[in-house]
Amino acid sequence: MLRFIISRTLWMIPSLFVVSFLAFVLIQLPPGDYVTTYIATLAASNEVVDQNTAADLRQRFGLDQPLIVQYVKWITGILTRGDFGLSFEWQQPVSDLIWERMALTLILTFSTLLATWGIALPIGVFSAVKKYSIGDYIVTFFSFLGLAVPSFLLALVLMYIAAVQFGQEVGGLFSEQYVNAPWSMGKVFDLIHHLWIPVIILAVSGTASLIRVMRANMLDELGKPYVTTARAKGLSEFHLLVKYPVRIALNPFISTIAWLLPNLVSGSIIVAIVLSLPTAGPLLLQSLMSQDMYLAGAFVLLICTLTLIGSLVSDILLAFADPRIRLE
Amino acid sequence: MTDAALAAVDQKRLAVASQWQLMWWAFKRHHLAMIGLAITAFFYLIALIPGFFAVNDPNKQNARAAYHPPQAIHFIDTAQDGSWSFRPYIRPYVLKRDPQTLAAIYTEDPARKVYLQFFAKGYEYNLLGLFPSTTHLIGTDNPNQPLFMFGADRLGRCVYSRIMQGAQISLSVGLVGVFLSLTLGVLLGGISGYYGGRADFVIQRAIEFVLALPTIPIWLALAAALPQDWPATLNYFMITLILSLTGWAQLARVVRGRFLSLRTEEFVTAARLDGASEGRVIFRHMLPSFLSHIIASITLAIPAMILAETSLSFLGLGLQPPTISWGVLLREAQNIRSIATAPWLFAPGAFVVIAVIALNFLGDGLRDAADPYNK
Amino acid sequence: MTVTELSPRGAPGAASAPGRTVLEVRNLTTHFPVRTGVVKAVDGVSFNLERGKTLCVVGESGSGKSVTARSILQIVDAPGRIVAGEMILHRPDGSSVDLAKLGNRSREIRAVRGAEIAMIFQEPMSSLSPVHTVGDQIMEVLRLHLKMSKAEARARCVELLRQVEIPHPDRAVDRYTFEFSGGMRQRVMIAMALACNPQILIADEPTTALDVTTQAEILDLIKKLQQQHGMAVMFITHDMGVVAEIADEVLVMYHGKVMEAGDVDTIFHAPKDEYTKMLIGSVLRLEQKAEIRLKRPPIDTTAEPVIEVKNLQMHFGSPKAPIKAVDDVTLKVLPGETLGIVGESGSGKTTMGRCLLRIYDPTGGQISYKRADGSKVDIVAADKETLKICRREIRMIFQDPVGSLNPRMTVAQVIGEPLLVNGIAKGRELDDRVADLMQQVGLNPEWRERYPHAFSGGQRQRIGIARAIALNPRVIVADEATSALDVSLRSQMLDLMMNLQDKLGLSYVFISHDIGVIRYMCDRIAVMYRGKVVETGFTEQVCDAPTHPYTQALLSAIPRPDPRMRSMHKRHRYTG
Repeated sequence: MLRFIISRTLWMIPSLFVVSFLAFVLIQLPPGDYVTTYIATLAASNEVVDQNTAADLRQRFGLDQPLIVQYVKWITGILTRGDFGLSFEWQQPVSDLIWERMALTLILTFSTLLATWGIALPIGVFSAVKKYSIGDYIVTFFSFLGLAVPSFLLALVLMYIAAVQFGQEVGGLFSEQYVNAPWSMGKVFDLIHHLWIPVIILAVSGTASLIRVMRANMLDELGKPYVTTARAKGLSEFHLLVKYPVRIALNPFISTIAWLLPNLVSGSIIVAIVLSLPTAGPLLLQSLMSQDMYLAGAFVLLICTLTLIGSLVSDILLAFADPRIRLE
Repeated sequence: MTDAALAAVDQKRLAVASQWQLMWWAFKRHHLAMIGLAITAFFYLIALIPGFFAVNDPNKQNARAAYHPPQAIHFIDTAQDGSWSFRPYIRPYVLKRDPQTLAAIYTEDPARKVYLQFFAKGYEYNLLGLFPSTTHLIGTDNPNQPLFMFGADRLGRCVYSRIMQGAQISLSVGLVGVFLSLTLGVLLGGISGYYGGRADFVIQRAIEFVLALPTIPIWLALAAALPQDWPATLNYFMITLILSLTGWAQLARVVRGRFLSLRTEEFVTAARLDGASEGRVIFRHMLPSFLSHIIASITLAIPAMILAETSLSFLGLGLQPPTISWGVLLREAQNIRSIATAPWLFAPGAFVVIAVIALNFLGDGLRDAADPYNK
Repeated sequence: MTVTELSPRGAPGAASAPGRTVLEVRNLTTHFPVRTGVVKAVDGVSFNLERGKTLCVVGESGSGKSVTARSILQIVDAPGRIVAGEMILHRPDGSSVDLAKLGNRSREIRAVRGAEIAMIFQEPMSSLSPVHTVGDQIMEVLRLHLKMSKAEARARCVELLRQVEIPHPDRAVDRYTFEFSGGMRQRVMIAMALACNPQILIADEPTTALDVTTQAEILDLIKKLQQQHGMAVMFITHDMGVVAEIADEVLVMYHGKVMEAGDVDTIFHAPKDEYTKMLIGSVLRLEQKAEIRLKRPPIDTTAEPVIEVKNLQMHFGSPKAPIKAVDDVTLKVLPGETLGIVGESGSGKTTMGRCLLRIYDPTGGQISYKRADGSKVDIVAADKETLKICRREIRMIFQDPVGSLNPRMTVAQVIGEPLLVNGIAKGRELDDRVADLMQQVGLNPEWRERYPHAFSGGQRQRIGIARAIALNPRVIVADEATSALDVSLRSQMLDLMMNLQDKLGLSYVFISHDIGVIRYMCDRIAVMYRGKVVETGFTEQVCDAPTHPYTQALLSAIPRPDPRMRSMHKRHRYTG
């Protein structure tokens, strides 16, 4: 078991390096660089920047060096000092800008994951046990609908309903008085108060697909002979369902973290942009638009790392849950 | 194949039924999938000849029709003398401005009627990009009186016609994107599953890695890298390429799994012992067995592509106006003020949802029917 | 090696006192509603179960025997439903209850399940949960029905595991099922069934998935426990040998109906019903040499063999710790003979057969094949072209009549494939050849355009045979070619194969675990055990006077289809 965890964790290292390089290259891809964008912005307001100033700027930001050198510098900074570089646009160290947003992203994603599981698990089991009943058809219909509605559209519709029906602005994660306030119990409660709307929006599509997964898993398990054995023992239907097929159908369910998490993170970015949440999404979009490469790079790197860790956790959890994997 | 499905057809016909015939019988019994098939077919027909379904030139701006609300279509035409007939018509709207706020107010003009016609003449478009045509499925009998079935946007462009036009891009992005992923997926998945060993190990790790990455930030970064001034077709192609860069992994996994399970099937061993060459084993014996599964996977991958394009374009990083796609159209609905005044701007969203549901139903039905032998 | 003598049993079919009946089933009818009507899986079945007696329910696949068993506990899979009949359970305290009247989810039926009537199933692996420990699953019954505390239940569980002879029961309690072998898993199932000292044990094909030697041990165990606890046993099986060995009473079922019921001796020696006669007849036929073979001249043992296998090795896994599937096998196949390869699962017989066609690349040794022109080829070292030629002359018949035919090709395409890809025939000529081949194996050539799904198991196996003989081969490797077929079809299939042998001058390498089939069909046999050939010789010689202790153990474990020749209690155990 320990060996499995260690070897699985060691696998993370090459993956993380690939991810970091990928993130860096991605950010470097756009033609031109921040200075080009910067000059263009200045030019728009009729300020002229001469070539020397541009070169100076490039040298100051290290943009004149080859890609690989820039990468090595960047990654060394991150690994040794936790230094993600400087945000050109904000003229602040990237690490000052990202952590709170990443933390909120993490809270949002994690809450959504819990909500998704909490909803999908019982409904999926119900849907499988009552296969082809009215209830199953309703669940099936809504899960297909949930799969088909893009999360940003759902967010928009909710915003519209809130605005038109209730005259309220939905958006943000905090009330006005807490936006810039330091962390306090009040702020935490305020966060919980606001969190549920984005959580529900995000949970919809995840829940829909998970219900399908759980239903399929359960249907596979319900026909297995061990269920008949349990029935022949005299267990009550509910007791045997929970103890055997649900327990075993949970194993593939646990491994859904691995693909649910990337989806949730992706979804949360768009929803955050629509609802203007103070999470990673809006700032990532903005930094990508303005080619603020270190800021964008840090976000892409951290978000990808987060999902890789998620799949690691799901593999380890699975090994704990399933003796067949654990004892191999 | 289920016993019930078997019993539903004549034994004689069953005996000589090929896998496609069996699949079709199984598929037909899946009502939702049949509905999905019908809707999907209809949508792709629209995508093929959007001009025919549109009523107004989707790019034509009309300052006098900004945020024009959807027009009610009246079906029963009552004449002065009290007799009535079935003849759909609309009453044109008149624009007034609120004297204080200057906000536009549209009201139905009770005095006028404009009749609707099938196969009406309208603006000129190119049918299949080849034949110029002016015939439209529906239109008004007065070419100067536009019909706004789903209202108009900020610039007075007909939302309905733009949706019809947008179908072309949005639905084809799915097809082209999936085709690109498929090429990559079948190639890598096939190598991985057929040869196994080291190649399999490397490709497996790559698949796992790609699947573990969140797609949106990567798409965003890649899409942001596209120059804004590229021509629309190139931009379109690049967007589909970006989408398929992450989409191939799923398909590769499916293909690999199929190959692996088929490799050990006894009938494949038998074919090899019969003296069939490797190519014949793959294409004559193995391919027909998983073609149906691939088709089902593709059908399920298309809606994901459509959603992805919609999301990207919505964020302003995908296709750029003047290209019309459903995602581009939804950008109009991006701020709360415009949707509060013109909720009909959600209409493209409804089409996205319907298209995705239909494709999902279709794919689900195909997947269930894909293996008529193992049940 | 040890010889285990178990106490001889009482004469079968002794009349039983009426007061000892524990379950009376009257007119049981279970239906499965399907879209096109109703499948009458059990159609008016009646029987009694008596204390200390074993009732064997026997029938071929689809006879409804398993549904009958499940109906008693009301655990028939959906959409099955008991529509009529009575099942009166007589309790030791004199009260009785009609199980058919209880709801299938009622508290009352649940109190019966596992406590008064317990059941064991065919697949010991899938019938136990893979993610719960053995102890957990057994203790559950104890805690449920006997309301034991955790500690009590655990102690009793260890005791039960000891009773079913699982080694180190105190440690086995905390193991998972996949850590046990098939036989051990079935013991766990039995321990679970016995937990509450049930009055009735229903065993649904409990030994079908096991090897004969393991089967013998499980049968012994059930018998022993039955004697200790005085249970009534209802034993469902398709194997007439097992019936003859253990039954007191027999119920023969066919298409949901009881064809004949009676004590075991009458059923075997004086059957009245035609179906029973046919069933017993087809089993007895496999107890002796086939008639076709009696007419043949003896095999010329001095002839040069067509295939000579020398020191063949097939190792899987890493070279450091290889799994030796085939370990230094040497044997020869003479022209015109049938060589039987017999062994239990894991003995390497299938791997060996596959090596003959180089489906696997052997890791060592030689397979020398003598071609028609007298030249010799080493198949292990042959290049691609030579191998292709060899594979035309050495063909294979597979075990699984479903999996070995491509479901997406018509019968004509399947049979014609070898002719087509080898460029032997095409167009009209191919059609004619295929029609001819179909006739040779007893298939109507008009069915040529049909797909495999339109054929029964036996017919599919004929398609497989037609494909094998399409290239006029000289040797056919038949891997468990009749194992998937019902017993009544087996001898037909074997006769067909022998007729073709005479007509085409074939040699067979006939791989099977079924001694009956081997005795019927084979001239010589080689016994394999753990990758090695332990004994070779003429069939009669090996079957009647085996010299190797493993062969002796194997043969003694096989139940004979004659209740007057019960012999398993005198069997040998081989531990080597």
